[in-house]
Amino acid sequence: MPGADFGMVQGMAHDLAHAFPGGMVLVSFLLLYQDRMSGLLNAFGLHALVLALGVAWQAWLQDAPHLYVTAAIALVFKAVAIPTALRRIVRRLKIERTIETVVGIGPTMLFGMGLVALAIVVMLPVTVGVDPVAREDLAFSLSVVLLGLLMMTTRRNAVGQVVGFMSLENGLILAAAGAKGMPLVVEISVAFSVLVAFIVIGIFLFRIRERFDTVDVHALYLSRGERP
Amino acid sequence: MTGLGSQALAVVLAVPAAAALLLALLPGYRAAARLNVAACLATLAAALCLLGARPPAGPFLHVDDLNVVFIVLNTFVGFTTSAFSAGYIAHELETGRLTPTYLRFYHAMYQTLLFAMNVALVANNVGLMWVAIEVATLTTVVMVGIYRTPEALEAAWKYFILGSVGIALALFGTTLVYLAAQPVVGQGLPAMAWTTLMTRAAAFDPALLDLAFVFLLLGYGTKVGLVPLHAWLPDAHAEGPTPISAVLSGLLLNIALYALLRFKMLLAANPDALAPGPLMVGLGLISVLFAAFMLYRRRDVKRMFAFSSIEHMGIITFAFGMGGPLANFAGLLHMTMHSLTKSAIFYGVGQAAQAKGTQRIADIGGLTETHPALGWGLVAGVVAIAGLPPMGIFMSEFLLVSSTFARAPWLALTLVAGLLVGFGALMLRLHSLAFGEPTTGRSQGDAPVRAGRLPMFAHLALVLAAGIHLPGPLTAWFQHIAGLLG
Repeated sequence: MPGADFGMVQGMAHDLAHAFPGGMVLVSFLLLYQDRMSGLLNAFGLHALVLALGVAWQAWLQDAPHLYVTAAIALVFKAVAIPTALRRIVRRLKIERTIETVVGIGPTMLFGMGLVALAIVVMLPVTVGVDPVAREDLAFSLSVVLLGLLMMTTRRNAVGQVVGFMSLENGLILAAAGAKGMPLVVEISVAFSVLVAFIVIGIFLFRIRERFDTVDVHALYLSRGERP
Repeated sequence: MTGLGSQALAVVLAVPAAAALLLALLPGYRAAARLNVAACLATLAAALCLLGARPPAGPFLHVDDLNVVFIVLNTFVGFTTSAFSAGYIAHELETGRLTPTYLRFYHAMYQTLLFAMNVALVANNVGLMWVAIEVATLTTVVMVGIYRTPEALEAAWKYFILGSVGIALALFGTTLVYLAAQPVVGQGLPAMAWTTLMTRAAAFDPALLDLAFVFLLLGYGTKVGLVPLHAWLPDAHAEGPTPISAVLSGLLLNIALYALLRFKMLLAANPDALAPGPLMVGLGLISVLFAAFMLYRRRDVKRMFAFSSIEHMGIITFAFGMGGPLANFAGLLHMTMHSLTKSAIFYGVGQAAQAKGTQRIADIGGLTETHPALGWGLVAGVVAIAGLPPMGIFMSEFLLVSSTFARAPWLALTLVAGLLVGFGALMLRLHSLAFGEPTTGRSQGDAPVRAGRLPMFAHLALVLAAGIHLPGPLTAWFQHIAGLLG
């Protein structure tokens, strides 16, 4: 560090760079215990918003203007457009208050904490050589990815699983943005693939609704593939 | 000659992309089916040109000795499947399982899938490869659900969820690879290009590479269908249209395996990184054993051959995990033979299911009596996939087992046990399918089967020829690649 002042600014910059990913982990926990659709979608919007802030901060820190694009995509597309669209679907399908979970909230939260601990234990020793900002960033993003996986497995509802998947993708973008100078290809493509994935899901929801009058994935599993 | 190579590469990518657009707009299904075949043929021709003339490696695309084999295999099976599909879908249209609108969609998706697979193979960029595999996954998800029955939707949803989790883990692994490369290679595109990664791999941080490989193995392993990440595979094969089952088994599983192989080579080039072999051997062996036992309880014929695909992907992963020139050679040969044989079997099974109006094994009986050509073709296919001489799969399995015996007898014994168990199940089912009490179709009697038999017999002839005599140049070529794989 060349000077004390500069050191302090650097320190604050790093603190903020850690604060946003840390915030995402917290919001992931928020997502885990939502029991109403509107709350779930609001929490997801917040998740994407924190992601956008974190990526924008990384863009400033790394002096990488292309990351602002990624941040903007996260803000416009994920924090606003997708939750709005999902809210409409939820309203049209009249499933506002039905979130069925496989496991209770308490055990899920405990398990989630275990996953975060695991992510930190795995990531920190491995990334000793990596630059310090990216290091904690990776541990946090792995936590977000694992929490997203947990959410997907504990939700029976199709919309709940989709939100879990998108929070997982948020974690991936966080990791990619933290990796210094990673080419734009990946960020854009991830954003793009989320769009594609969303379209696919939209078709799915539409069809599922059409066939079963429910978006509870459990109804699908009633029709076992192996017919007698 | 490089000019020709670049043009061929452009054709391999541009033709499927353009065809996908055209097919999305073209209303008549007959013309669409023909255009589909023609586009696949053009792609195959261009892929064959790549054998002779290589384009120079660019920042995004490259063709080398390893991926050119996959490209040729990919475009060849893509072409024969499109020929099979033309007859198959005509029947589906007649029986009302698909409507013309869905067929338009189906053809466009078929070409998109081929495009995505070709991009994944020629990508020189780790990120681009990942994107292409994701696109390929999404197109197949849609195709699996195209019949819109509850079972098809369940299969597609399961495939989508498991596939995207796998893909997500793979992206995390990809990011870690970039982080390992970035301090050595520098920021930006070169740190994601295979050509630079391979030459500089020795200086990468081994701990990061190890962790990356674990994620990549789990991620792309889901797409390969390795046990215990295989749950999507049988459903997706059973509920989608049969041409898609053939392409899934014959090609898409290979593409994911190709990605794994590339990363394995990367780890092998770093002296301090963990040896990826034992992990792959372990997963491969578990897949073989699990699938072999699961084969016994199948009632659905397509589901049974899907489990057989899990078994064979296990064998191939095992072979590449063992490594060394002989096992790698066996793995490459087995992969090629499995692609050809399994797609041939699906062509046969698809026609049999159409002729009998059902996929239940119990309701498909005595095929050799009711449909002799189809029945005997299926017999030949099952004999080949079970690993009996003189077919090509016997040769690759024999090579693999004998080379493993010399190095790790217990592993070889376990593998042989798995192979024998699977063999028993296949023979049991083959007996009732081909020689059992003849059954008539449940719904529409013995409807005429439209799909031509040529694709099936062409594949089987190739497999037989490879089993009897492998041409010298091909052997030399595979030996060269086996050496590269380390």
